[in-house]
Amino acid sequence: MAGAAQYSDERAREIIAAHMGLEGPAMPILHAIQEEFGYVPDAAVRQMAEALNISRAEMHGVVTFYHDFRRAPHGRHTLKICRAESCQSMGAERQARAFLDKLKLDWGGTTPDGALTVEPIYCLGLCAHSPSALYDGEPIGCVDAERLDEIAAEARD
Amino acid sequence: MAKLYIPLDMAAVAMGADKLAAAVAQEAAARGEKIEIVRNGSRGMLWLEPLIEVETPAGRVGYGPAKVKDVASLFDAGFLAGGAHRLSIGIVDEHPWMKKQNRVTFVRCGVIDPLSVAEYEAHDGFKGLKRAFEVGPAAVVEEVTKSGLRGRGGAGFPTGIKWKTVADCPPGQKYVVVNADEGDSGTFADRMIMEGDPLSLIEGMLICGYAVGASKGYVYLRSEYPIVAKVFQSAIEKALEAGWLGANIKGSGFDFDVELRIGAGAYVCGEETSLLESLEGKRGIVRAKPPLPAHVGLFGKPTVINNVLSMATIPMIMEKGAKHYADLGVGRSRGTMPLQIAGNVKYGGLFETDFGIPLGTVVNEIAGGTRSGRPVRAVQVGGPLGAYVPVSLFDLPIDYEAFAAKDSLIGHGGLVVFDDTVDMSWMARFGMEFCAIESCGKCTPCRLGSTRGVETIDKIRSGQDIDANIDLLKDLCHTMKFGSLCALGGFAPYPVESALRHFPEDFRKPALEAAE
Repeated sequence: MAGAAQYSDERAREIIAAHMGLEGPAMPILHAIQEEFGYVPDAAVRQMAEALNISRAEMHGVVTFYHDFRRAPHGRHTLKICRAESCQSMGAERQARAFLDKLKLDWGGTTPDGALTVEPIYCLGLCAHSPSALYDGEPIGCVDAERLDEIAAEARD
Repeated sequence: MAKLYIPLDMAAVAMGADKLAAAVAQEAAARGEKIEIVRNGSRGMLWLEPLIEVETPAGRVGYGPAKVKDVASLFDAGFLAGGAHRLSIGIVDEHPWMKKQNRVTFVRCGVIDPLSVAEYEAHDGFKGLKRAFEVGPAAVVEEVTKSGLRGRGGAGFPTGIKWKTVADCPPGQKYVVVNADEGDSGTFADRMIMEGDPLSLIEGMLICGYAVGASKGYVYLRSEYPIVAKVFQSAIEKALEAGWLGANIKGSGFDFDVELRIGAGAYVCGEETSLLESLEGKRGIVRAKPPLPAHVGLFGKPTVINNVLSMATIPMIMEKGAKHYADLGVGRSRGTMPLQIAGNVKYGGLFETDFGIPLGTVVNEIAGGTRSGRPVRAVQVGGPLGAYVPVSLFDLPIDYEAFAAKDSLIGHGGLVVFDDTVDMSWMARFGMEFCAIESCGKCTPCRLGSTRGVETIDKIRSGQDIDANIDLLKDLCHTMKFGSLCALGGFAPYPVESALRHFPEDFRKPALEAAE
């Protein structure tokens, strides 16, 4: 992701401390860590386990359960393409496959220049405008092959 | 000064509403026109988004779908005074799509500024809560029970009974939790109400907290809804400022706080016990029931957990009384259902109507058939765990029991329409694949069954021992249905079995092709 900060234990500890007043703070902390560093580094998982007084294995279990939390840095831009039924009813699966083939990627893959990661997503709630996608947090309805190509080109700039 | 409405709704934004609003503001400035743009929720006519509405003495006139390139011509046509333009749909409230509905839960959605407490109050907001304060907690539970409201999340459990269970627990820390993890494909009603009328959800939570004796509410929202997160968070802040949240609300002596929490892409967290685990900061692993969350819920405390729509309907029930709501609907399905019409349809959107309307009427008349113009072949009702309904069953009324009698479900009210190009064995395979991806892994039927399901359907699709493998698949579905801990594994067989039952030819394509 663009603008992600370099990891530091000190910054991770600050983020954790800021959330310790919450009931069940693990998820808000994980979101904040990923927001700051672009992913959830192993070192942050260690810090969290210590702060929350749970084992590292348990903390690792939480991080890896959720699709959203990344264990390694991603491409500078992220495109999430919906694969759910509504989008499939409008040909999303075929369209996404062709797009991935063109980029020589599989789901979850990142272009070799590190510009774009393409992930599957299961429903954006934009089902009256299928197929839909989310590009760096911006929702896109009725996405077609042309728009996908534009995004791939934009990501490289 | 002309008053305009351009939705902040995620679907409208996905079709360019933000750029449109900026372009309208710029054009108005360039022409020296004074305008005010309110970012409202969507009216639910999603095929018209972005829909610009202009306030006129005759009512609000709509223009949509409007693009940035249309802005200059809209001004030229005098749209600020409701002038004629090829995008005009006339008075929005008079539009047939709106006229045919009975808006109860969505009565304010798209009408008011979602972040104005004053407008919310001017449109009957907080009247339900005020009445709750007058009648007292026990009478509130009684009223909700009498209304016949059933959980809109999918299971259809009577809301009042859930509340009574929590209210009857000894006093102490209790919680109100709202399930806003709306993960079903083809559903967006929770998203729309939280973007278009977030204060109704807050009011519903307040009434619930007051009725059961809870002082803290959590809303667990899926991460796929970034605009909801922004809108709802500011709604919480506005309600706090106005004294509708916090300590001693409006001098009632009742304290209540609402906190928004964001999920992280796990579909299973829409299951209530998995959601509670996730709120507690754990893996979203389903809990065995009993104990029910009403007895042992969040952090082990008695917890009411309701879907967004159920909770957002509560204020109206308290305001107008149980009877008003219970008089709508059919059989044991009382009130209204906000249907979400999606997929391959000409007119997609949100359509709130009394229970009992036939499925075919919704698909053919309201949705106008397919967007592709091809014949409808199947409708998946109730999300990825819902059955595929064939055209031959289009006389089925939207009613929990009628659907159950046909091995189908209404779920959260999402309808995804497919045309005749759909390959039902592929959709069945996808259903199993989705279950495999999203299974929490706690129980074996769901964890292993879904993967075996994918493998077995692959064998069928490639023409291997079709009859034997279909029998095996049916057997597997039976095991998942009755052996899974929660609805994910338990309902994943619905799309598969319904595809097998209604579209058997799609599972025999290799055999048919070989015979030709």
